[in-house]
Parts: sequence; C-alpha cells; structure tokens
Amino acid sequence: MSLARRRKLLPWWFALPGLLWLIVFFAVPILNQVSVSLMSGDPEVGFSMTWSFSTYWDAIRDYHSQFTRSIGYAGAATIIDLIIAFPLAYFIAYKAGRFKGLWLLLVILPFFVSQVMRTASWQLILNDQGWLVARMQDVGIVSGDGRFLATGKAVIFGISYNFLPFMVLPLYATLDRIDRRLIEAASDLYCSRWVAFRKVTLPLAVPGIFAGSLLVFIPACGDYINSSILGSSNTTMIGNVIQSKFLNVLDYPTAAALSFILMGVILLGIAIYGRVLGTKNLTELAG
Amino acid sequence: MTTVPESTETPAAVRPEVEERDICLEHVHKRYGDQVVIGDLSLVIEQGRFYALLGPSGCGKTTTLRMIGGFELPTSGTVSLAGHDVTQLPPHKREVNTVFQSYALFPHLTVEKNVAFGLERKKVDKHETKRRVAEMLETVQLSHLAKRKPGQLSGGQAQRVALARALVNKPRALLLDEPLGALDLRLRRQLQDQLKQIQQDIGITFVHVTHDQEEAMSMADTIAVMNGGAIEQAGSAEDLYERPETSFVANFLGTSNLIDVTPESTPVDQEFSRGTTVDREPVRYLTHRADGYSGPIRVGVRPEKVRLYATDQSPPDGDNVLHGKVVQSTFLGVTLQYLVRTPGGLELNVIEPNLVGNSAGTFGAGQDVRVAWDARQTFVVEGEATGA
Repeated sequence: MSLARRRKLLPWWFALPGLLWLIVFFAVPILNQVSVSLMSGDPEVGFSMTWSFSTYWDAIRDYHSQFTRSIGYAGAATIIDLIIAFPLAYFIAYKAGRFKGLWLLLVILPFFVSQVMRTASWQLILNDQGWLVARMQDVGIVSGDGRFLATGKAVIFGISYNFLPFMVLPLYATLDRIDRRLIEAASDLYCSRWVAFRKVTLPLAVPGIFAGSLLVFIPACGDYINSSILGSSNTTMIGNVIQSKFLNVLDYPTAAALSFILMGVILLGIAIYGRVLGTKNLTELAG
Repeated sequence: MTTVPESTETPAAVRPEVEERDICLEHVHKRYGDQVVIGDLSLVIEQGRFYALLGPSGCGKTTTLRMIGGFELPTSGTVSLAGHDVTQLPPHKREVNTVFQSYALFPHLTVEKNVAFGLERKKVDKHETKRRVAEMLETVQLSHLAKRKPGQLSGGQAQRVALARALVNKPRALLLDEPLGALDLRLRRQLQDQLKQIQQDIGITFVHVTHDQEEAMSMADTIAVMNGGAIEQAGSAEDLYERPETSFVANFLGTSNLIDVTPESTPVDQEFSRGTTVDREPVRYLTHRADGYSGPIRVGVRPEKVRLYATDQSPPDGDNVLHGKVVQSTFLGVTLQYLVRTPGGLELNVIEPNLVGNSAGTFGAGQDVRVAWDARQTFVVEGEATGA
C-alpha cells in the first residue's frame, strides 16, 4: 500500500475503537431489543419471534397518557432549568471572575452523591408537615390540601433539580466563548445592554441552549426515579412503566416496544426543535 | 420616524464655531486601582481631521480611544463631542462609531446584516437601510460578498466589512483601533491608501490608533505621539519629524542624533543661541526652540541632515561642525551609513545619499572627519533631568 494511501486511512484507524464500541454496545443491543419487541409469549414458556407489530399499537393505546405525562414533565423541567440556568451560567461566565472554577464546582457538587439519595432527601424536606411545604402553601405553589409530595409538581421539581447541571454546563461553555468585543460592538452600534443581549448574546448562545435542552429533556423523558420517590400512581411516567414491565412483570416485548416509541418521539421532537432554532446556524456557530 | 442624527448632514459652513472642535478631552485621568494609565491628558480634534494616536504598546492610546467611544469612563476629566459633554454617556448614545481591533464582526449575521445592524437599531426606514448598505458595500468593494458570513472572509475583507459597518451610520467621527494591525504588510499599505481616500471623500473625523509610525505619517493630518499615558507632542508629520520636542518623539519617529550641550548665557545673534558639547565644540540652534529651558539642554539632528567632510575640506559657513573619527561605515546601496565618534564619546549617525558611485569618495573606518549640518536643522528636546 502506498504511503499516501496509508496516510489517508490513518484517521479511520483512530475511529476504530470507538466504532467497535458503538457496534458492540449500541447497535447490537438495539437490534436485539428490536427483535425482542416483535416477539410474543410469556416468562413461563419463553418468548419467540412472531413479528407481532401489534405490541406497539397496544403499548400506545394502553400507555399514551404516561407518554404525554413524561413529555409534559420533561418539557416543563427543561423550561424551568433553562430559566434558572441561563442567568446562573451568564453570571459565572461574565461576573464570577476568578471564582469561576468554584462556582462550576458548586454546580456539579451534588452529583457526587447518588441520585437516589439526593431525591430521597428531598422527600424528607418536602414532607407534608415540613417548613418548606408550609411556605409554598403561603405563596400559593401548593394548593389548600397541603400536599406537595406525590403530585406532578413534586416530580417536575425533582427532575428540574436533578438535571440542572446538564443545562448550566453547556450554557456556560457557550456564553464563556462569546467574544466580549461583540457586545462592545453592539453597544457601539446603538444597542442598549438589553438589546445587545437580545441581538447578539442570545443568538450566539443558541447552540448552548440547544445542547442543554437535549441533555435535560432526553434523560428526563425516560426518568423514573423522581416519579417513584416524589410522585404517586397518578404521576407515573413512561420510565416507570418500562421499568416495571421489564423488572417486575417480565413483559419484555412491551418494555422494548415502549422504549422504541419513546426513542421515536424524542428523535421527532429534537428534529422539530432543531429546525425551529435553525440547525444550519447551530453547525455554523459550533464550527 | 427616524432618529438619524441630522447634524452630520449639516454643511460645515453653517455650524457654530464651537462645533469645529469635534472631539475634546480635558484633563482626563484614568486609573485602574493604583495603576495610572492616563495622567492628565487634554486634546482637541477638529472637524474633518485624520488624527492618529501613535505610541508603543501600553502607552494609553487605546484607552484614550475607548474613552472617546464610551467603553471606558475616565476617572476624572471630561470628554466632549461636538461641544457636548458626553463623559457619562454610554457608547450607544454617542455619535461616534468604532472599527475594533480584530473587527468584532457578528459571526451569526451575514456581511449585509452586519453592515445594516446599526441602521436597524436606529429604526431607519427599511428601503433607506437597504440602499445605504448596498451603497456602502459598493464603496468598500464587497457587494459580491453580501450574503457571506464573517467566518468565510479573509482578513482584509473582514476589515472592510468592519469599516462599512461603522461608516454606514454616518457618524460624526470614526474611531479606529489598530484597524490594520492584523494584516500583512502589502495589504496594510493598500488599505492605508483606501482608508485615507475614504476619509477624504466623506470628510468626517477619523481617530486612528496605531503603533506603526509609517502608517501614522502616511495617513494622518495630525499625529499625537503618546508615551506613558500622556501626549508627548502633537502636530503634523513634518512638525514631529523636523522639530521633535522630546527625546522620545525624536527617536520614536525615525532616529535622531541627540547631543547634550551647555547653553551659553547670551545669544549669538537675533536668531541663534549657542551651546558647547562635551568636546567643548559649539553647536548653534534657533533661540526660540529652547524657550522655557534653563540649564543643560539636549539638542538633536536627523542623520540624513548631516554631511561628512574630510579634514582638508571645509563645510559651508553657518554649519555646526563637530570633529570625530569614523567607527563604522556601511554600504546600503541607496545610502551610505556612518557611525562617527567624537573624542568625548559622542556617537553620531550619518546617512549620506550614494552620489559618488565608487568607494574612493567615501570614508572608511578610522578616518578623521568633520561632521557638519545646517544650524537651522538643529532641534531642541528637553533639558537633561536636573537631578541626574
């Protein structure tokens, strides 16, 4: 093989370990699960391939409300995180000065504790007799019956809390990279601080908003810990259904089918979201 | 409704006289903590001037420009534009626009949108905006790149977009912060000519920050040489070159031979005074150039104003003449350069045009020579620091 040819192939060798990894740990399980989703049978006698696409339709029919709820909760949590994270990331990027590192550490510090533990401790903090719930009742976040735990709000709260760093970090990275002279240029060209933010900072932060939203929304859609610990049977998310089908009822085909429906819905959602924010801009700005 | 400042369209002739002073800084100080960046700086820039702030890095020239633009607030002192005190106004309320170092083009907008940015913020009518943007892109010869994003432009193109983006707003004054610094030499020379041409065509005030003396001299009407947060001297290129008033200016613009002399108490005649060098040789200078100095002073002369003579030749009457020995003689084709040392240790650079065409007419190292120049070419820079 000529040297030039070998040179050309070199980058592909770099990609090989990653490619193998993806094939073994991503493609194979997915194909496996696709085939499982099309099987029928029961745990006693075993499952066999019957190409039963009806599992998908049944799953949608039986669990569409959990799907809608999952997407609703995940969407709400994404928006809440965006609202909280943007000013925080902005502050860290522009105003924290030499304490940047410390602030970023504080943002990810809760992650050093297991998610189950963190969520469980919120269960304690948010109990009905607790101080926090009473205060929330004062300001009207909690309705008259005095229950916050076991409501949808509690689950959304839990998801928002648990996934906040995934929003903060990409936003911070994007904002930090924006050339400050662009803001000066905007103010030179008749922008007040607010208009400069709207016309320059915000458009340039779009890749971070996009990345952060995906990093929160996707895992939040499949999350079941928050609903199990902070919610009730009225707040069951699709993650809870999949988990119980898989681990408790051992209905593997339905669990697999639900997973793929969720995947499809998320992919569709991302495509629309990306189109709205302008994917062309995203790749250009990232590049 | 449009909020375009009308004043820029008003012919200069009908403006009240005070507005002739376009930009005015009075007793401006700027400190960051303990560090004094600008100490008591005052300057006046007249309408329509091409004004260069020239100096080495860290001399405060960019800070001065940023205070005019409103990006820095002076610690004390006032900044006025067209006779109005704007010291406390933010950049977006000042009738000046800036071409930033490294351009700061908006990466998410096309060339066209970048140029239209200021007009859109001022809510200029859409058709008007479109027309002016097209016209401006025409002026900087970038019409064919209107739809490109800044990331797809070369350095020279980006520089012209930045210029168009500022000029399209018809500012009272354009502030340029080392606008050519990032470009290679050939392109820089080319854009210098273009910039000068544009300034003459539209006739607004340009304030240009640069560390390149040749750039300043080729473009500016007035050059202010800055050093250590203060203006050393301001004037035309000729003023600064022929009559530098400080040692710093004498050596920052070109090179100079600086000679410390002790003035004689009485003038030679109505025009000239005389001082003696370390070799006890007389050097004459125009008396008025040493006004305000007492004690030892430092005089200077440009190397190309000096001529060498063999000991048996006599220089013209009225020249200052020093005696020395050639230390080094360098043939540079166009010129011949000599380094001459006097017995007292004075070193003088001499640049002579290559008129003779063979080595017979030149001076070799070790040869005794007379160094002479027209006494009128002698300039006086500051007196020697009295404490030293």
